[in-house]
Amino acid sequence: MKVHEYQAKEILRRYGVPTPRGIVVDNPEDARAAAKELGGRVVVKAQIHAGGRGKGGGVKLAKSADEAADLTKHMLGMTLVTHQTGPEGRLVRKVLIEEALNIDKELYLGITLDRRIGMPVVMASKQGGMEIEEVAERDPKAIHREPIDAVLGAQPFQARAVANALGLEGDAYKKCVDFMQKLMRCYIETDASLAEINPLLVTKEGNVLALDCKMNFDDNALFRHKDIVEMRDLHEEDPLEVEASSFNLNYIKLDGNVGCMVNGAGLAMATMDIVKLAGGEPANFLDVGGGASAEQVKNAFRIILSDKNVKAILINIFGGIMRGDRIAEGVVSASREVGLPVPVVVRLEGTNVDLGKQILKDSGLPLITADGMWDAAQKVVAAAKGQA
Amino acid sequence: MAIWADKNTRVIVQGITGREGTFHAIQCRDYGTQVVGGVTPGKGGTTHEGFAVFNSVREAREKAAANCSLIFVPPPFAADAVMEAADAGMELIICITEGIPVNDMVKAHDYLRKSNARRVAAGETPSRLIGPNCPGIITPGEAKIGIMPGHIHRPGPIGIVSRSGTLTYEAVGQTREIGQSTAVGIGGDPLPGTNFIDCLEAFEADPKTEAIIMIGEIGGSAEEEAAAFVKANVKKPVVAFIAGQTAPPGRRMGHAGAIISGGKGTAAEKMAALQAAGIHVVKAPSEMGAKVREVWGK
Repeated sequence: MKVHEYQAKEILRRYGVPTPRGIVVDNPEDARAAAKELGGRVVVKAQIHAGGRGKGGGVKLAKSADEAADLTKHMLGMTLVTHQTGPEGRLVRKVLIEEALNIDKELYLGITLDRRIGMPVVMASKQGGMEIEEVAERDPKAIHREPIDAVLGAQPFQARAVANALGLEGDAYKKCVDFMQKLMRCYIETDASLAEINPLLVTKEGNVLALDCKMNFDDNALFRHKDIVEMRDLHEEDPLEVEASSFNLNYIKLDGNVGCMVNGAGLAMATMDIVKLAGGEPANFLDVGGGASAEQVKNAFRIILSDKNVKAILINIFGGIMRGDRIAEGVVSASREVGLPVPVVVRLEGTNVDLGKQILKDSGLPLITADGMWDAAQKVVAAAKGQA
Repeated sequence: MAIWADKNTRVIVQGITGREGTFHAIQCRDYGTQVVGGVTPGKGGTTHEGFAVFNSVREAREKAAANCSLIFVPPPFAADAVMEAADAGMELIICITEGIPVNDMVKAHDYLRKSNARRVAAGETPSRLIGPNCPGIITPGEAKIGIMPGHIHRPGPIGIVSRSGTLTYEAVGQTREIGQSTAVGIGGDPLPGTNFIDCLEAFEADPKTEAIIMIGEIGGSAEEEAAAFVKANVKKPVVAFIAGQTAPPGRRMGHAGAIISGGKGTAAEKMAALQAAGIHVVKAPSEMGAKVREVWGK
């Protein structure tokens, strides 16, 4: 799960991680008041779930409270396009008004899971403001990596190693050591999957603060973080995906016209792949889960058909323990109830698959049966092109 | 014996009185697996569907001589169940549970490493964890320890290892006439207990396995590491498919571990690495069976 910058900073502050003072607002008058409270010279930052806001015009300096109000008025309601939003962009609904600070250095500090070693790893680089992937590509040696024992936490020597790698001295050095240890505690205790401070700011006064912060959280651990769940912003998600998640369907919308309904995540990805190989474009990823019950198939039909680009649907179910005839009955009853405006190709595998195919044929519905994934993919791509 | 699971494996089910645990304990027993009981804390001493129920895994090992545990415990408690199984000396721990927090698994792995070091020092067999978020392991005709449909499998020479459940079934279905030595689902989580390399090493050493199908997907670098291992250590032919060639970056494709992040973990990168290691990479998931027939026994 993702949160906004202002929410991530709220979480950081709970762990004593220093951030600039800031107030989130959704109208120009509140922005003016916030700027006054923060001393007039502020930064106005659009709050969307995507990086690259600065280049897209979503981060601006205001020299006065009036200017902060003007900038806020302009920014709210604008569709911000960055390299991470895609061409459709994101609507700005809130802005963060933050005190402007005297920048000495901009550094990078991030924590994420290193899957190879099964430990969280702190990454530090002097090249703040640049994306870490870009640094890794151009100059991998410029990134200091410090794997952390998740049970013992970050040891003081590791925090010092990070501060050393960032080339800090004196007061800033000490503050960075403290910053990193607190950030690590925050990362572990909130079940974060990413905590990225970019840039990590060193002020001319020698203070160390999180100037920007991106945090993602492990969806599997949200059951023990009700406070973080409350921060979910549904505006930032595709409405169809939100609806699908309420049915426990794993749905991701794509740009093509072949709807896919599959059981199992791997098979669902493989189905998208084979649709593409057959000359089509998948309209979605959708995992109906192991059971593929009539109820779930019905919900899945509704979600897929809400996407008006869909010209044909491929149902690919490897029955496993569930019998093919039962799945076929489910598909038929769901199809009757939903009504099928587009051709549907069904590929069933598992026990009683022949019985299942017969049920599909006898239903009188526009269901096209297929043998194997390649046959299914070719048939659905032809159907989507109107050649069924 | 194929790998890791055979007719002598004595299985208990942790979470046996739950709906999933009950259903699959019966399915495994019906297949012929030696399911010697189950564990549900607080229900020890009772019998459930003909299975003896124990209060702890230790008790199950002492009283039923179990050496393998199959876990259906809900996500918040599953990592604890894994550690309990390791503590009780289970040689094989298969965790089916999907949705375990990553931090819980980091701790469970840490516990397993330490517990295994103690066991090895004492001259005992260390624990192997398979999963979590996996279908389990099956040695056709001998033991099915997991949720896969047993009837689609046939004993034979093809070893299968996969991050995806239903894609494993797909590979099994496509090798129906030849048959499988063992099929292992290593699971879709970012931190699997058993990885590709463990399975490839075991298949290479197993006299019953003559060719291998490995099924990877986007996310992480396990396939690239497996490619390097195959190049240096595996003589048997390996066929590979990578799911997610059309997956958009930055999105988690169902499995917690299936995500392209920062432009890394793409299917294209993995396919290139596998190909460079001499592995027979197929683009279409429907070609796994045909390709393995082509390269098997050559």
